[in-house]
Amino acid sequence: MSQYLWYALVGTGLFSIGLLGLILHRHLLRRMLALNVMSTGVFMIFVALANRNSALPDPVPLAMVLTGLVVSVSATALGLVLIEKVQRQHGTPVLPEDDA
Amino acid sequence: MNAMASLVLLPLLGAFIAFLIPRYGRHIGILSALLILFATLSLAQQISTDGPLRMAVGGWQAPLGIALYVDGLTALLLCLTTTVGLGVSLYALGYFGEGATGEARKKHALSGWWPLWLLLWAALNALFLAADVFNLYVTLELLGLAAVGLVALEAQAVVAATRYLLVGLLGSMLYLLGVGLLYALYGTVDMSGLASNMRAEPAAWVAMALMSGGLLLKAALFPLHFWLPPAHANAPAPVSAVLSALVVKAAFYALLRLWLGPFEPLAPALAGQLIGFLGACAIIWGSLQALMAPRLKLVVAYSTVAQIGYLFLWFPLADSPTGGAIAWYGVVWLALSHGLAKAGLFLAAGNILHASGHDRVTDLAGVGQHLPVTLFAVGLSCASIMGLPPSGGFVGKWLLLNAAFVSGQWWWAVVLLVGGVMAAAYSFRVLLHAFRNKESQHPHHIPHPIMEWSALALAVGAILLGVLSAQPLELLEVGASMGKLALSEAP
Amino acid sequence: MVIERYRPFTVMVAVVVVTVSTLLLVWAIGSLPPESPGLSAQVSANLINSGVQAEVTAVLLNFRGYDTLLEVSVLLTALLGVWYLGPFHITSDTPVRGLVMDNMVRFLTPVMILVTGYVLWLGSHAAGGAFQAGALLAGAGVLVQVVRPEWLALRDSRTFRGLLIAGPAVFVLVAAGMMLLSGSMLEYPREHAGSLILLIEAASTLSIAAILTMLFTGGRPHPGAGN
Repeated sequence: MSQYLWYALVGTGLFSIGLLGLILHRHLLRRMLALNVMSTGVFMIFVALANRNSALPDPVPLAMVLTGLVVSVSATALGLVLIEKVQRQHGTPVLPEDDA
Repeated sequence: MNAMASLVLLPLLGAFIAFLIPRYGRHIGILSALLILFATLSLAQQISTDGPLRMAVGGWQAPLGIALYVDGLTALLLCLTTTVGLGVSLYALGYFGEGATGEARKKHALSGWWPLWLLLWAALNALFLAADVFNLYVTLELLGLAAVGLVALEAQAVVAATRYLLVGLLGSMLYLLGVGLLYALYGTVDMSGLASNMRAEPAAWVAMALMSGGLLLKAALFPLHFWLPPAHANAPAPVSAVLSALVVKAAFYALLRLWLGPFEPLAPALAGQLIGFLGACAIIWGSLQALMAPRLKLVVAYSTVAQIGYLFLWFPLADSPTGGAIAWYGVVWLALSHGLAKAGLFLAAGNILHASGHDRVTDLAGVGQHLPVTLFAVGLSCASIMGLPPSGGFVGKWLLLNAAFVSGQWWWAVVLLVGGVMAAAYSFRVLLHAFRNKESQHPHHIPHPIMEWSALALAVGAILLGVLSAQPLELLEVGASMGKLALSEAP
Repeated sequence: MVIERYRPFTVMVAVVVVTVSTLLLVWAIGSLPPESPGLSAQVSANLINSGVQAEVTAVLLNFRGYDTLLEVSVLLTALLGVWYLGPFHITSDTPVRGLVMDNMVRFLTPVMILVTGYVLWLGSHAAGGAFQAGALLAGAGVLVQVVRPEWLALRDSRTFRGLLIAGPAVFVLVAAGMMLLSGSMLEYPREHAGSLILLIEAASTLSIAAILTMLFTGGRPHPGAGN
């Protein structure tokens, strides 16, 4: 199996594990982490596919990954502060409808 | 060219300055709104004389660089954004003003409105102008984060904001993965580049599914709508107005652009029918929930869920050669009218909440006495949402009905009629309660007149869209995204 | 203590959904052509006109600079969301102390600042640039905030707010400036492209560092002078 394909499949695995975690977990922090695992998977796929070149890797997807990373960090930061506020308001880091 | 760039750069700069000097936040907000109005009008003027415009940002042509594109559809949505934006900005002068009382009383939340709102506006403009699917992703993220920040300004809405964020991020991830697959296939992320290279192959199908799924989540199509009612109902009133009127439409617009452009050769008829079916479910389910909702803002939020359903009826009807163009005009009309009407309705609901300290539907008596302008706004907005002539909502629904019959897919007509009846039901429920007079009990705070009149202005706009339909129709035909509508077929 | 309860039905549905999507993804990725240069040829061809010698930097700050402009705004937007959610809780009463931490902060902070400058400069001809440098500097900021917050004395002042918006604002002003000068947003004149990019990156490095540090503290700082 060529090298890029291996990394792309690992990225797919990360994406799937993250997706599963996002759906199944109730704890908001774990959901946030699951989203991060998903995004890592997506970025890995991007980078893997950019390396299909025999010469230099394609710089455009790499730039996209950099952009995506910054966006991911921003969203995670906002999410974490919101989760902290939910914890303070409701005493539990779980969204109300999941707390059944 | 300058107009296009200004539409994005102006609100961004305004947001930065409003954050730097909060004392002048209001002034910067209104100034930005007026400048954006000027830019929007000049852009609309430009394309009606010169045809659609395409701009290569930085002088680099796609696929290396990023392109911006304006045709009739984009221009109309930009006009909607500017109109609602202006109305909401004026409303915010009163809502977040010096003597403001009501929901967002905390001083810091107050000053948070202007920078975040201007960033949201920049994101909306950038999204409508985008002709590059990765650029679209970045604008979607800017839009989502600004929206979450705005919802979270209201202390009670923290849970709703968190849910909104998580759902939004999931949608973005799915969309981004699709973008990656498309680039891996065709070496470009430019929409016209993708459209010319698109072939039916596995990765393209999967990319289409991923990107559509992500956008459907953001557009709140049933059953992916669960995050919308709490977020729109609990946010501060001007935020709710912007969310329902513009932000969900942006996701729908992105989906529309993708299915009209790159994914056009791929779209199977079955997918269209499935999406139409979900739209029908949204209409029925949303209207049912609106009928039963205890709070006014919740009624309005569920009404958004239902009205979004109408927009998705385009997908099954688009396949028909005769009905497709009519459905196109209908859906655009509905999107525009709903934007204006829903914004007016949420602002009016905000006035009621402001005045009485609550928005329980059963206790709305007295609104007519103390807030006649607001009640009139509610009435006009509901008229457009119900689809009463001569409102814009009526024109949109009429066109869709037409399209349903012309294309032979008569079952959508049934859905439209049932939806109309249900919309009338939940509208009258609210209006009947609001028209009752109460024994003189002074409301807590009469809202500033600008809050009442901006709500009314937007509601009137929804009605005007039905009466003065000639010019927007002409504008829509620029770029002929979906074939010209022969005037003999138009009502 | 949140105990995760997994209802069998939900688990089954989730596993089915995720398995199907995984298989579809694997099918899609497997079907992609194994050799694909993408846009690397175009990037290399236009590199001399871009003002920098590193491909990724050229894409980020020149060819697709508009995306980067929006993305820096995204970073600021997230901070604003956090800012208006409430004040931060790390106070100078409870910094982390101890032999290791104190010495590490005193040694590492100046080193990190130096490396930040290096990475920023490096970006014009190798992997590096504003984001990497900004993240490094933010690392220093976080370290100092945790151990010796009095060195930073984070305050909500006009100057500090100015620092936070500096990067995005410079980017937007350059974009607008180019628009007014040559009619096209973000079109750098060829001779000045390198300097403009360096200007944008320098301002962005400072802003990114400040924004990331504030995101770490999780709220707005206490009001300070000039407010």
